[in-house]
Amino acid sequence: MRIIINTASGDPIYQQITDQIKQQVWDGTLHPGDSLPSIRQLAKDLRVSVITTKRAYEDLEREGFIVSQVGRGTYIADRNPEDLAESKLTHMLRRIDELVKEARTLRIPPEQLAEMVAQRYRKDEN
Amino acid sequence: MNVIEVNGLSKAYKGFQLKDISFRIESGYITGLIGQNGAGKSTLIRLLLQLIRPDRGEIKLFGLDPSMHEKEIKERIGFVLDESHFYEHLTAMEMKRVTAPFYKRWNEASFLQYMDRFELPLRKKIKEYSKGMKMKLSLAFALSHEAELLILDEPTAGLDPVVRREVIDLLQEFIQDEGRSVLLSTHITTDLDAVADYILFLQRGQLIFHHSMEEIQETYSIVRGGTMHIAEAKRRFIGCRETSIGFEGLAKNAAELTRVLPGANVSPATLEDIMYYTARGGARHGQSIG
Repeated sequence: MRIIINTASGDPIYQQITDQIKQQVWDGTLHPGDSLPSIRQLAKDLRVSVITTKRAYEDLEREGFIVSQVGRGTYIADRNPEDLAESKLTHMLRRIDELVKEARTLRIPPEQLAEMVAQRYRKDEN
Repeated sequence: MNVIEVNGLSKAYKGFQLKDISFRIESGYITGLIGQNGAGKSTLIRLLLQLIRPDRGEIKLFGLDPSMHEKEIKERIGFVLDESHFYEHLTAMEMKRVTAPFYKRWNEASFLQYMDRFELPLRKKIKEYSKGMKMKLSLAFALSHEAELLILDEPTAGLDPVVRREVIDLLQEFIQDEGRSVLLSTHITTDLDAVADYILFLQRGQLIFHHSMEEIQETYSIVRGGTMHIAEAKRRFIGCRETSIGFEGLAKNAAELTRVLPGANVSPATLEDIMYYTARGGARHGQSIG
């Protein structure tokens, strides 16, 4: 597991933690059953407040990414691949929403945005 | 469980008044007590430690009335005050012999371990210690009798950044056990930006707010903008600084503000920003928790 906190970024720290753990579940760095540090240990290691790591773990647990059990600690949840794919898609849609919002403020029409996305896509493939 | 509970606490001195303070601190967290010099931080800490008596109001520590259970409560608290309370002509070892018998749960091994970790000479007279060494010695005492609550008055004042970080790390280590809590006052708020869970903010003897750091980060922002919006900005800010090229101010609910102040730049507010602009603006912040 690897978590890097950027205090200069405007994103709340608990969200930086949840995003990075989710990312590592999606890309296979973290596997079901892998154990995570306790809330207090993680707070100490990242030098952030306990409330912050607590909120991150609560959010991850609610969304089904992790499980906390008395005695066994916190570990990555066992999920079926469809669930995981769906959560990935939801995450992507949320980021598209942000993109659309920004395009609107810059008055970029949907066709142009789609073309911009397509261009980036092709550029990465080459 | 509430480790500290304070209701309607007041204390007046000539030219200073701590006014009607109420809050509750839940066990397991680090709470920072912030405010300018003279805001009442030390007075509040002295009241909590029963070093002075309140004019009005009540205090409960671990759910107990300190005037009834003074001895038991003192056993469960480790404290560090801003001035050294050692017999300076003694060595650390001699000081330990004087102090240890006061505590039923004195942990000699833990004390020696901290002395070693902090690289403090046991046989040197305390008056020959530097300021940082005296602070570390105070912490070694505070941490060596199985205390559940640490109350620290300005533990990082006058310390260099390396020692300050060590002290903060130590506090995080202390609360690895969730039955333990820390209350520390400081005006070096950058120490708290990272690790504090809750903040008590005092100004001129009044409690401005008691919030979690999360709430603070979600509520307060620094907003910067150009000269054309100054009048609008001033009305809506807690505190504001005007310059020839624009303004910078502390605001609540910045998302709303950006609609009235188009083009304004919004960034997260630090505790120092909040203290500075509150002192300038003198505005009330609204409801607090506790």
